[in-house]
Amino acid sequence: MADATTAAVTGGDATAPGGHRSGTAFWAALASPGSLLLVALFVVPAYAILAVAFGGIDPILRTTVPAWNPLDWDLERFGDVVSRVFGGDLTRVFLRTGIFAGLALVGCFVIGYPVAYYVARKAGRNRGLLLGLLVLPFWISYLMRMLAWVNLLQTDGFINRILGWLHLGSGNRNWLDGDWPTVVFGLVYGYIPFFILPLYAALERLDGRLIEASRDLGASSASTFLRVTLPLSIPGLMAASVIILLPMCGDYYTNTYLTGGSPRTEMVGNQIEFFLRGSSQPQAGASLVIILMAFLTIAMAYYLASVARSQRESAS
Amino acid sequence: MKQRRFGPLAIVTWLYVLWSLVPVLIAVRISFNSGKSRSAFQSTSFRWYWDDPASVWQDDALQTALTNTLKLAGLTMLIATPVGVAMAIGLQRWRGRVSRGANNLMLLPLVTPEIVVGVALFLVFSQIYTSVPRGFTTQLLGHITFTMSYVVIIVRGRLMSIGTHFEEAARDLGATRTQALRMVLLPQLGPAIFASLMVVFATSVDDFVISSFLSTGASTETVPIKIYASARAAATPSVNALATVMLVITLAAVGVAALVMRLLRRAGVGDGSGLSSMTG
Repeated sequence: MADATTAAVTGGDATAPGGHRSGTAFWAALASPGSLLLVALFVVPAYAILAVAFGGIDPILRTTVPAWNPLDWDLERFGDVVSRVFGGDLTRVFLRTGIFAGLALVGCFVIGYPVAYYVARKAGRNRGLLLGLLVLPFWISYLMRMLAWVNLLQTDGFINRILGWLHLGSGNRNWLDGDWPTVVFGLVYGYIPFFILPLYAALERLDGRLIEASRDLGASSASTFLRVTLPLSIPGLMAASVIILLPMCGDYYTNTYLTGGSPRTEMVGNQIEFFLRGSSQPQAGASLVIILMAFLTIAMAYYLASVARSQRESAS
Repeated sequence: MKQRRFGPLAIVTWLYVLWSLVPVLIAVRISFNSGKSRSAFQSTSFRWYWDDPASVWQDDALQTALTNTLKLAGLTMLIATPVGVAMAIGLQRWRGRVSRGANNLMLLPLVTPEIVVGVALFLVFSQIYTSVPRGFTTQLLGHITFTMSYVVIIVRGRLMSIGTHFEEAARDLGATRTQALRMVLLPQLGPAIFASLMVVFATSVDDFVISSFLSTGASTETVPIKIYASARAAATPSVNALATVMLVITLAAVGVAALVMRLLRRAGVGDGSGLSSMTG
């Protein structure tokens, strides 16, 4: 709060030492093409979801009639979808989405935390190299990384051969047949780079003096980690979790691609895609999007608040 | 502090690196198979690149996907970057309630799950903007919208560290606002602009959800859509070849951009720190 006031007093361009006029119109003009694009292609489309979800149906053609005026909104058919989600046929899909995303998040934490911690604080000379290798997956197409696992997990693929050599399992299991562990594994593999990087940034910023102080005061390295490092990294951990949870909850291609579209691993995204593109039920699809977003809003709000906080900190 | 050379953490980290990259290398190796196997190594050949009728070079659908992806990414890059740079500068310098609102709004596409953006665009193009030709144009507009936010974030970070001193100095010396922008600020933004081009290209090339929701059929398919579709069709290593071609192009583009950024930095263009210590 105090920072904001100081900034307001010392001012930006308006009271610049040179005394030039603030030129609001000039800056506004620079910002306008992008802002207009955002309004036309993000805000209006977002409103279209509401208009379709709360819209009606043409009595003869049976097509969707969006209700652009909020006064015309009809919640009846949206309510039908809500009741299908809470205690209806869609409950299972929502629960499954939550469980898959939750398990994948745990997987990302178990693998990703040690990696981020090591590269940020212990890697020494290798840090630059390792950081480059951690960033590399960002430049590889997500679906190519999934394709790689489709190759490996074939019945006669390398995974089964390795398991066969190790005498683990039958060695001819079909991993791509709609088993949930394959999907959770795929989610972990797909999203973990996006989890590690923000966590790395947070761990790297951590004040090393606090850790040294803890060691100097006699704490073991384990208790230093548990009582100093880990608590200090929680904001970064939360940001990293939100960053991957949001897209995972809307994912429909990872599970479809790794199971050949098995209904046993169907997630919310699959239902939405089916309503919109598979069966022309845009009203139901738009309603599902709204329900999904309601679940995700809490996570999003947290993320936006933490971004705003760190911006204020770096600006001050 | 004692440093163990290869403690458990180091082992976990290097295993992770292998796990994250080796599967992709295997997929690349499979693209050079001389036979149809997608699960084992066969003798090396370029069959799936150009010899086979179903290869990347000969199969029309794969060619279309490749050119669509590159056209889409190239145009997205050329439009989203300047628009995003202008928006970042405008929002940074123009301090008011509207610009704060726009700043927050700009973050939203980054945190909204892609499927929501995909559905929203799908609905808006089928219900309101019906005069926009469906397919490539709508895909392009979609890509521009969601990649622009990355540009704004990258450029804004750079603007914050540059500050306004140089522009003010130029203005004091008689430069007009446009001159100060073009001759003082833009050169300093060089590295950020190249970073933006790189990120926009890679993001557009990688996008599956938005391209797929706005695709109207075979003529508007992209590489990710083709890879995705290979799950259902009887696929050959040509899918691996297609993915490999795309990977090489992306890495080359990223490499060139990184090189340019390094040259710009070395030339001192992007780095105002020496000067700012004098004006600071």
